[in-house]
Amino acid sequence: MKLALITDIHANREAFEAVLDEVERHGADAHALLGDFVGYGADPAWVVDRVRALVAAGAIAVKGNHDKAVVDGPRDTMNSDAQRAIEWTRGQLDAAQIDFLAKLPYTVERHGCLFVHANAYAPEQWEYVTGRAEAVRSLNATHVRYTFAGHVHDPQLYNLSGLGKIADFTPTPGVAIPVAPHRQWFVLPGSAGQPRDGNPAACWALFDTVRSELTFHRVPYDHDEAARKISAAGLPARLGERLKEGS
Amino acid sequence: MQSADTPQQHDGPAPRVPLAVGQVIDGFRLEEHLHQGGMANLWRVSHPDHAIPMIMKIPRIKGGEDPATIVGFEVEQMILPMLRGVHVPQFIAKGDFTMQPYIVMEHIPGPSLRPRLDEAPLPVEEVASVGVRVAAALHDLHLQHVIHLDVKPSNIMFRPDGAAVMVDFGLSRHDHLPDLLDEEFTLPMGTGPYMSPEQVQFVRDEPRSDLFALGVMLYHLLTGQRPFGKPNTVRGLRERLYREPVPPRTLRPDCPPWLQEIILRCLEVDPASRHDTAAQLAFDLGHPDQVKLTARAERSSTGGRFDTFRRWFAAVGNEPKERGTASTHVTRHSIIMVAVDVAGASPGLMQTMRDTLERMLRTERSVRVACVTVMRTRRVGMDELTDKDGESIHVKRLVQLKHWARPLVQSLGLDDPARGAGVTYQVLEAPDPASAIVEFARRNAIDHIVMGARSSSAVRRFLGSVSARVVAESDCTVTVVREVAGREAG
Repeated sequence: MKLALITDIHANREAFEAVLDEVERHGADAHALLGDFVGYGADPAWVVDRVRALVAAGAIAVKGNHDKAVVDGPRDTMNSDAQRAIEWTRGQLDAAQIDFLAKLPYTVERHGCLFVHANAYAPEQWEYVTGRAEAVRSLNATHVRYTFAGHVHDPQLYNLSGLGKIADFTPTPGVAIPVAPHRQWFVLPGSAGQPRDGNPAACWALFDTVRSELTFHRVPYDHDEAARKISAAGLPARLGERLKEGS
Repeated sequence: MQSADTPQQHDGPAPRVPLAVGQVIDGFRLEEHLHQGGMANLWRVSHPDHAIPMIMKIPRIKGGEDPATIVGFEVEQMILPMLRGVHVPQFIAKGDFTMQPYIVMEHIPGPSLRPRLDEAPLPVEEVASVGVRVAAALHDLHLQHVIHLDVKPSNIMFRPDGAAVMVDFGLSRHDHLPDLLDEEFTLPMGTGPYMSPEQVQFVRDEPRSDLFALGVMLYHLLTGQRPFGKPNTVRGLRERLYREPVPPRTLRPDCPPWLQEIILRCLEVDPASRHDTAAQLAFDLGHPDQVKLTARAERSSTGGRFDTFRRWFAAVGNEPKERGTASTHVTRHSIIMVAVDVAGASPGLMQTMRDTLERMLRTERSVRVACVTVMRTRRVGMDELTDKDGESIHVKRLVQLKHWARPLVQSLGLDDPARGAGVTYQVLEAPDPASAIVEFARRNAIDHIVMGARSSSAVRRFLGSVSARVVAESDCTVTVVREVAGREAG
């Protein structure tokens, strides 16, 4: 099975469409969508509908903190741009779309993999896996070999050996990495809709379960158009500008 | 190999049965037990779908945890499938640790270089020839983003045509894959006598570590002695950070200065003082008359306190730091070949070629420039040119070539030893200039050929275009320089 991993789309229609085209071109036969479908971007309704259609066709989807905030109202811990975007997004979605987000699970375990937005040890607390310590903590909280998560926007790959040694790795796009099943792997595919590693191209990853190979991908998309729509919607201009820089 | 639709999950390694002739693993039939090493067993295997001779490498799992064996084997399983070309055994298949771990690869017959070590000291020509071939293989690996990190005679085989084949990637590092060894161990990884100073300091991303190990090997083949002994403690390993090796010429008086220069340069404690790339090392070993001799060539003792201090000081300055990667390093230190028809090209074209090269070199200072001209010889019969005439023409071409390059060398300081990479000059004698240029580029791992195009289309039609053939036949980037219109008169 070839499983496409897409996360942190953040209502960026242009990025999501570009990623889905690439996913199809690579012959993926399943999708896992790791949360934060909305927030920041100008196309929340379109993105939620597209996610719903994929889920109806069998895709895995889990809830992100922005999805929850749109359902519940923004949290004080969010930065002001994010809070404004959440308020605006709530006005863009109809009851059915909000209900879809509300009913998303925090975690899904399938195909011997765990899918979660933030981490495995406290999926509802939204703590970031930004280093080896958090990666170990998350891997120790599950018995499965492969954890796929979002929340952190930069692509990263952690692996835990049988001796308990953790290592991290910043992937090179397009290189198939053997991920042997006797290790534990924590995979951050990187954000599709708001990359922050200095490269504006959208992130996604492909996991080949038969070959135990993982490939990180980048795909360029029309970020100028996405940014223009953010400004036109009256959202903070900074949210559009950062898409052009990948920051 | 896995066949299930979902990832394999096992709580521990599968129970292992002793292997026997006739047993079949994933379609591979064990035919003959070839070798039992410390880390792995080698079996000759056959498979109905694969016609080439193959071996299966199976790790020896000793009682209990044996991380060195397991992780090393995993590393090889990751890296070998990524590699292509004649300098590695072709990868066929692998089985992971949830079942029977193995790697099936092309069987490279014949002994490794290891037995020749017992026959050292070897003739100078053989040492240089081994060096050229192994350096070419290492350059090929480095271009494929891999640093071998365990270069030694037992890991070097040869194909029938002489090409070196590197085996055993258990300690290797691939730029684009996670380094499973980086975090796993608390001791330096490598083979004691060959380990570079930076490997002793846990640096695993320096391609020039392979040049150090090759230098150790060439030193041993040349003198019959190891430059840094065979230490088995970390303290013993660290000695190479400050102790100069005995110069080869002290042990082997007939060692030419150029070879001592090359070997001692490989053994420099600071990677930046070694050759920039394996291709540049191969080039020097293949062109002894072009080696720029420094004080290294004449060193005759291990030096007094000053030399030890010099090396120690370099080592102190060389504490591990963030470095580049195999491939970025190699591309930064490329070799540009400029082929100049000194006898036939118009002055305008020669000037344009100099200008073009100067623009390229202004932005990239650590590039080596190989200036080449081809002296046409007849395909058959040397009667028209006596040897003496031939020699005088050869010298004349060399003088013309250096004359052509002089303005460039002066304006860019290419001759400055501090700049390192430098410039070389060659007159190739061949009946067919295009083949000679392509062959030279291939043999010397040239990254970029710069050459001129004949200006007159009538001449081009009559003689055929040399540059068009070079563009078509060579493996590397080719820039064809054309004389700017209107400049011909000047």
